[in-house]
Amino acid sequence: MHKTLLLVGCSIFAAMLGFAADQTGADKPAVRLAPTNTVGPRTLEKQTETAVVRDYLEAWHNMSAALEQNRAELLEADFVGTAKQKLSDTIHEQARLGMETRYRDTAHDLRLTFYSPEGMSIQLLDTVDYQVQIVDHGKVLSTQPVRARYVAVLTPTEVRWKVRVFQAEPQ
Amino acid sequence: MTFTVKVLGRLLVTAMLLTAIPLAIAQTGTLRLPRTVEAGSAFSIPTSGSGKAVLYIVGPAQVLRREVKLGESISFAAGDLHNAGRYVVVLVGESSSENGAFDVVASHPASLSFLAKPSRLPVGLQNGISGVVYVFDTYRNLVIAPTEVSFELAGVAGAGQTRTVATRDGVAWTKLNSATKEGAAQFIARDGSVSATRVIQQVPGDPCRLRMNARLSNQKLQGQKLSGSKPGDQKQEKRLTLETDPVRDCGGNAVPDGTIVTFKEIYKDGEATVDVPVKRGVARTEMPAYPGATISVATGVVMGNEIRWGK
Repeated sequence: MHKTLLLVGCSIFAAMLGFAADQTGADKPAVRLAPTNTVGPRTLEKQTETAVVRDYLEAWHNMSAALEQNRAELLEADFVGTAKQKLSDTIHEQARLGMETRYRDTAHDLRLTFYSPEGMSIQLLDTVDYQVQIVDHGKVLSTQPVRARYVAVLTPTEVRWKVRVFQAEPQ
Repeated sequence: MTFTVKVLGRLLVTAMLLTAIPLAIAQTGTLRLPRTVEAGSAFSIPTSGSGKAVLYIVGPAQVLRREVKLGESISFAAGDLHNAGRYVVVLVGESSSENGAFDVVASHPASLSFLAKPSRLPVGLQNGISGVVYVFDTYRNLVIAPTEVSFELAGVAGAGQTRTVATRDGVAWTKLNSATKEGAAQFIARDGSVSATRVIQQVPGDPCRLRMNARLSNQKLQGQKLSGSKPGDQKQEKRLTLETDPVRDCGGNAVPDGTIVTFKEIYKDGEATVDVPVKRGVARTEMPAYPGATISVATGVVMGNEIRWGK
C-alpha cells in the first residue's frame, strides 16, 4: 500500500518536473522535415515550405496555450474554418466543465504532401510526439505521452498560412 | 542550473515511467477501450469494479466528462463523440485511475469542398482547368480513407471529359482541358451520391484567321477644305470602306465584341492607322482611297490579308 502510494506520488512529482523542464527550456520541439520531392501539381518553393512549417508549428504552440488557458481568442492568428471552430468548441466545453488540458509537443516529423494547383491549400502530415495533461478544477488527473499522425490543411491568408483542417488519424 | 533541473527531471520521468509500466498495463487491462470509433456513432466502454468514478475523453477537437458507476457499461449515444482524432481516456475512481487512448475516424463522405479554377478561361486550353476536392463527412471530418472522386466537365458541345481519381489523405485533384466551343460548362465533382458543381465560363480564344475586304464608299464624304478655296468649295475625297469577315478563334468561335482590330494604310505621302473594336463579330472602318495605297489588317499577333488599292 505504502509502496503504491509512494509510486503514485513519485509519478506525479516526476510528471510535474517533466512539464516544468519542458516549459523552461524545451519549449521548442524537435522538428524533422522530410524532403519534399513532389507535392502534386504545383512546385513548392523553399520560401513557401519554410513559411508553412513555421506557421504550422506556431499554430501548435498557440493551440496548446489556448487549451491550457481556455482562451479561444488565442486561436485567431493561426486557425480558420473547421479547425478553429472545433478547437473553440473544445475550449468552451472545457471552460464549462472546469477543465484544462495541457499539450506539450516534443517532436514533429513533418511531410508536405499536397500543394494545390492554384496555391490555395497545402496539406501536410505530421507524426507528433506530445504529452497531454488533464486538469480538472485545478487538480492534475493524468499525464499521458501520445504519438499521433496529424493531417493538416493550411490555406494562405493576407500575411500567413492558417490551419483549416487539423485532425489526427490512426497510425 | 536550469539544465541540471531539466536533466534530473527527464531522468526521473524515465525512471518513473519504467517503474510504472506494470501498473499501467494493469490499469489499461481493466479499461477496455475500442481501438477505433466511427465519428458520431454510438459506442460503449465497459468498466469493472464498484463505486463511483469520472471518465474523461480528451482530444484537441472534443472533450467529454462523464460521472459513472464502476461495473456498468458507459454508453455514448450517436453524435456524442463526433470529431475525428486521437483521444486520451482517463477513468478516475475513488482510489485509483486508469488510462488509455483510442481513435475516432471520419464517417462516410457527406460533403465535398470543391475548388475549381479558373472560373473563366479561353477555349482549347490544355490542362487549363484545375479541380481540387477535399472529402468531408457529416461532422466536417476529413475522410482520410481512400475514396474515388470523379471529375466531369459537361454542358458544352462535344463529348464531356471525365476523370476518376482516388483520394489520398482526403484530397483528390485533376486538370482538364477547356472545350473547343465557347459557353458555360458544368464542372462536377462526385463521390458516390455526394456532388458539388462549379460553372466554368469558356470564352473564345485569340483570333486565328483575319480577312478583310475593301470597297469604295457609296457616299463620298467631305474631305479637307483646301486653303484659299471659297466657302462651300470643298474637295470631295474618295474613301474606302474596310470590313473584316467575322473574326473567329481557331475553334471557329466568334471573338468577343470589343476585340481591337488595327487597319493600316501606307500611301505615297505617308501612312495612317485606325484601331477599331469588333462590333457584332466584325470590324469596320473607312480610310481615304489613295491610289496605289497598301492596306493591311491585324489583331493581336495575327496578321490578316493585304489589299493594294488600284491607281
